[in-house]
Parts: sequence; structure tokens; C-alpha cells
Amino acid sequence: MYKYDQYDQSIVDARVDEFRDQARRRLAGEITEDQFKPLRLKNGLYLQLHAYMLRVAIPYGTLDSRQMRKLAYIARTYDRGYGHFTTRQNIQYNWIKLEEAPDILADLATVEMHAIQTSGESIRNVSSDQYAGASADEIADPRPWAELIRQATTFHPEFSYLPRKFKIAVIASAEDRAAMRLHDIGLRLVANDAGDLGFEVYVGGGMGRTPFIAPLIRAFLPVDHLFSYCEAVLRVWNRTARRDNIHKQRVKILVHQMGAEAFAAAVEAEWQEILPNKSDVPRAEFDRIAAYFTPPAFEAGDREPDRADPDFAVWLDQNVKPHKHPGYAIVNISLKPIGGIPGDASADQIDLMADLAERHSFDELRVTHAQNIVLPHVRKADLYTIWQALVDAGLAESNLDLISDIIACPGLDYCSLANARSIPVAQKIATRFAGRQRDLGELKLKISGCINACGHHHAGHIGILGVDKKGTENYQLLLGGSGAEDASLGKITGPGFSEDGIVDAIERVTDQYIAVRQDGERFLDTYRRVGMDGFKEAIYG
Amino acid sequence: MNILTGNDLPTGDVIWWTGAGWSRHVADAVDVGTTGETTGAAEEALRRVNNPYVIEATDTADGPRPAHIKDRVRALGPTVRPDLTLKPDDAAAIAQVI
Ligand code: HEM
Ligand code: SF4
Repeated sequence: MYKYDQYDQSIVDARVDEFRDQARRRLAGEITEDQFKPLRLKNGLYLQLHAYMLRVAIPYGTLDSRQMRKLAYIARTYDRGYGHFTTRQNIQYNWIKLEEAPDILADLATVEMHAIQTSGESIRNVSSDQYAGASADEIADPRPWAELIRQATTFHPEFSYLPRKFKIAVIASAEDRAAMRLHDIGLRLVANDAGDLGFEVYVGGGMGRTPFIAPLIRAFLPVDHLFSYCEAVLRVWNRTARRDNIHKQRVKILVHQMGAEAFAAAVEAEWQEILPNKSDVPRAEFDRIAAYFTPPAFEAGDREPDRADPDFAVWLDQNVKPHKHPGYAIVNISLKPIGGIPGDASADQIDLMADLAERHSFDELRVTHAQNIVLPHVRKADLYTIWQALVDAGLAESNLDLISDIIACPGLDYCSLANARSIPVAQKIATRFAGRQRDLGELKLKISGCINACGHHHAGHIGILGVDKKGTENYQLLLGGSGAEDASLGKITGPGFSEDGIVDAIERVTDQYIAVRQDGERFLDTYRRVGMDGFKEAIYG
Repeated sequence: MNILTGNDLPTGDVIWWTGAGWSRHVADAVDVGTTGETTGAAEEALRRVNNPYVIEATDTADGPRPAHIKDRVRALGPTVRPDLTLKPDDAAAIAQVI
């Protein structure tokens, strides 16, 4: 894992001191809320439905047990005993006091964490594959590149007042576990025929009220030019984007309006201008960063776990994935207990996951965009012990990628922008399908409480969008989305439903799927074969 | 009726104007008629409230009921965590929000 050097630590510490003074001045009445708001947002502090909300960055979703324990400590000390892991691989606390926020940032800084660039019109936390460094199908660990982007863009003044927020994802395998093409820039590490590494560069993806899947604008960018090319993308956008209409300022709108080809040409021209400046991060600096991501000292030997316990065997088949090193496995810890709140974990659960990582996963954890936690490097011999500990902590739901593994934004229970509640709908669906979810196979269900789409509803095999219908909660149903390598945007089925009505409608959808599916077809495959018409009558009669 | 709400500046807690000060409980809120914005601005200047705004509510036997569900959730707490609401022991409280 990357470790801060003295420079990293000093800029984060300086930011804590700066914010402490800003908060003091706000509380003392030296500055108004209008003056303070942009300052607190630069440190991830929002005012939400019930209190202040703090979003803490977890770079590319990677953290160690010391950092995880600090997150538990913050939940226990400053919040109400829990945190919410988000689709951007971060964590949010819902009950923060402004007067304590500087202390929280100071505590975070002691474990090399912060809330910088988790809000506002900035380059946000870079996301990546939760199996990075562990998965058999990757070309190389994508995280050194993500870290390089993080360093090169943190506090970069040119990118501090962008037209809108900007999100970058880096992956290194054919399978996309990070919704890469739904980012402003999506990067996939590939090798060319000569064996050199480069990136496929996708620009202009995103969700929100105008969702787009990012088109490919460059098929092979040599890795050494990663930063200058991203810089060119940012400059073309920064210079050309509208700034008069907040809904039209993301890069996806510009790419859509210019067309991918014209946008790519503009970036190419800008890049040629930039190249002589030598703004790329030197190879030696990349090598310094990459050294922090050297694989751990895996032990030899490969012993399959004993499958005698049937519940354990189900968990193994559903939540444990193959590792690149024989004898090891990747463990997915579901934060989706049936009837629970997707992505929430108590301080005790966070501590337990930290303990398991320290003892059994070379001290590493990952947060996934599906709001689960991963132990990336677990000896197969330790799987049963881990499973037992997870069972005791209520963390052993065997539902990875099943219908109850729901992505849900906080919705109207916590979010001041919401139109409808997301969490109760997730709870009802998970409860309704708990007994038969394995028969439904992979089925990604995603719920947002408003058009901002933090819950990725456009990218759900089944998506749900909360809307406000004359003051009551109403839910639109979407089918056919995907955030994976077969990315697609869901289509709205028709008129919306009440809270209970949407659960019934989903059951009619899954019943229809079971009735018409062919051998080996996932729900998404069946939908793509039969189309919306194949479901519409079942839904609306 | 119109009631005045906002957040406590240092803690962020949801608060309601009682006519003489601020309360955590919407039941204490009073009808501000047309004076809500003036009161809100004056209180904000004194840092006794952050982000004040006036909402519509209906007068009920249990006190004011905010017209919009968003303010009813604000007034009680998250419907999915009854233990964290202002009425953890009142089983009917959440149904009244919805
Ligand atoms: C009057 C003040 C400043 C001037 C004239 C200035 C000028 C520049 C120039 C010419 C570049 C190179 C841009 C390029 O190669 O495209 C640059 C890069 C940069 N500057 Fe400044 N700068 C100033 C202040 C600051 C401040 C206050 C900060 C930080 C708080 C800062 C942080 C950076 C960073 C992070 C980069 C990018 C470095 C990199 O890409 O390696 N600069 N600045
Ligand atoms: S999708 Fe809407 S309701 Fe959900 S968290 Fe985002 S802004 Fe809030």
C-alpha cells in the first residue's frame, strides 16, 4: 500500500490546521455560511437532512487495518456508532458536529486519510477495481496508476475550479468491476502486440439526469503519458464547457455535443501542445509509487477448504473469488444482510473486518463500488475461520451479485436532495426474495432516491428511481442497465409504482424471467434477447 | 400554518422556532405567519440557527405536522433507524411520517 512521504503528510496536516481555523471563524461569526460553505465542501463536509455529513476519501478503495480501525473509532466517538460505505468506494458519516469536524480531520490525518476533494467541482477520489493486485485476470495492478493520478491532481490549482466534478476510474482487466465507463475518464490498462503497456481511454461517461456510457477516444495511450493526456482532456473541457447551466457542465455533455471523434481530435491537438512541457510524471517517480504496491509474500501450498458445512459451502461459492496466487482467495464481505441497510456497518463490524484483514489478508481491505468490503489476499486454509467470525458479526450473507446485493443511496432517510426513500425499498426487496435469490442468479439491482443517480440506477440490471409524485414517494422501474464490461443504460418500463407496488412489479419481472429464460441466461441476457416488450405485459398486464 | 426551521450551527441538529427560541422537537414549533423569514434572518445573524427556512405545516392535536415528507423525516429522524429517531420507543412514530 502507498505510504505518505513527508510532503504528503505535510499538505494534509496543513489542510487540517487551515480547516480548524475556518471552522473556528464560522462558529465565532467572523464568516457567514455563504463564505464558509465552499470551504467546508472542500473538506467533504455537507449539511444534510439531520446534521452535517462527512465524506472521507478512501483512495481507490484500498485501506489497511489501522485506517479501518480509525474509521470505526470515528463512528464511535463522533458519530452514532456506524458509517455508510458508498458507491464511490468512500465512507460517509451522517451525524457529524461542525464543532468536532476539525478533530475528526486531525484523527484521519494520523492514519494518512482526509476528506479533500470529496466534494465540489474538483477531481474526486480515483476509483479502481476492488480485486486489484489479487485478481487472476489483470494485466498489472492498476493502483499505482490510480495513485499517480491522485498525487498529480491533489490541490492542482488548474483543476481546483472545474466546470463540474470530475471522476476517474482505472482498471486493468477485461472484466469491469469498477463501472469504469460510467466515469468522466475511464482507463483500462492493456498491452499492445509488442507487449508494451498502455491505456484505452474512455471519456464522457456518467450517470445523473443525463446518463452516458463513455466512448473510446484513444485505443492505446502509452502509460508514460497518462498524466499529460488526462491534462489535455481536462483542458479541452475546462476551456470549452458551458458554465451557465449546472446540468450541462459535465464533460459527458461536451463529448456528446461535439461527438466522440471531434472531442478526441481536440484532445489530441491539445496534447501535442502540452507534450513539450514535459508535464508527465517521470518513470522514476512512477517506479517509486509502484514499489509500494509490491505483492505481499504469499506462502506456497494450496489446500482446498473443507466444504462439509453446507452454509459455508454456499458462502464459498457465492462470495469467494479466485486469486492469482495458488492457495489464496478473494473474500467478499457482504454489507447487505437481508432486511439491513445496504452499505452500513457498525463500529464493531468495522473493527472486526480490520482484525480479519490484519490476521488473514496481509493487512489490506478494499471497499467496492457495490458497497461491500473485500479481503483481497486470504489463504484458503483460513477461509472457514474467517467465515465463522463473519457469521458471528452478521456479515456472512452469501449474496454477492444476487438480487439482495442491492446498491442503494441513502435516499430520503438521510439526503436533503432526495425525492423518495431508497433504503426501505431495498429492505423489502431483499426480504421478499431472500429464499429464492440463488435461483435468480446474477441480478444487479440498484436504487437511487433522486435523479442524481448516486445509487447507479441507470446501470442496474433492474434499476429503481425514486420520484416525487405530488408529495408522495413514487418509484420508476428501469430494466437492462449494466455497469460492467457490457455497459448499457436501463430503460424506463412505463408508469411508476408506490413503495409496495414496486416490490410487486419486480416480482412480476423476475417471474417473467424465470418463465422465458433459456439455459444459462442471466436476467440481463434474457432481457437483451426478448427486449422490453417481453416484459411489459407481465409488468402492467 | 407556517413554521420556521433550520440547523443548530455547532451541532447541525434540526431545530424549530418556538416563538422564544429553538427546540429539537417539531411539536414545540409555532405558527410564524408571515414573519418567519425576518425572524430566521435575525436569528441567523446571531448564529442561533444555520440555514433557516419556512415550511408549511398543518396544525394537529400532536402539534404541527410538516406538509412535505422530507421535513417530516427531518423532524423525526431516519425511518430505517427507529433507534436513532427522536422517538425510539414510539412504534407508531414512523408510520406517521409516511
Ligand atoms: C503565482 C503563483 C503560481 C504560478 C505562477 C504557478 C505556475 C505554475 C506553472 C507554470 C505550472 C506548470 C503548468 C504546466 O506545466 O502546465 C504549475 C504547476 C503546478 N502548480 Fe503552480 N503556480 C503558482 C502557484 C501555485 C500554488 C499556490 C500551488 C499549490 C498550492 C501550485 C501548485 C501547482 C501544482 C500542483 C502544479 C502541477 C505540478 C505538476 O504537474 O507536477 N502552484 N504552476
Ligand atoms: S441519488 Fe439523490 S437521494 Fe440518492 S444520495 Fe444521491 S442526491 Fe441523495
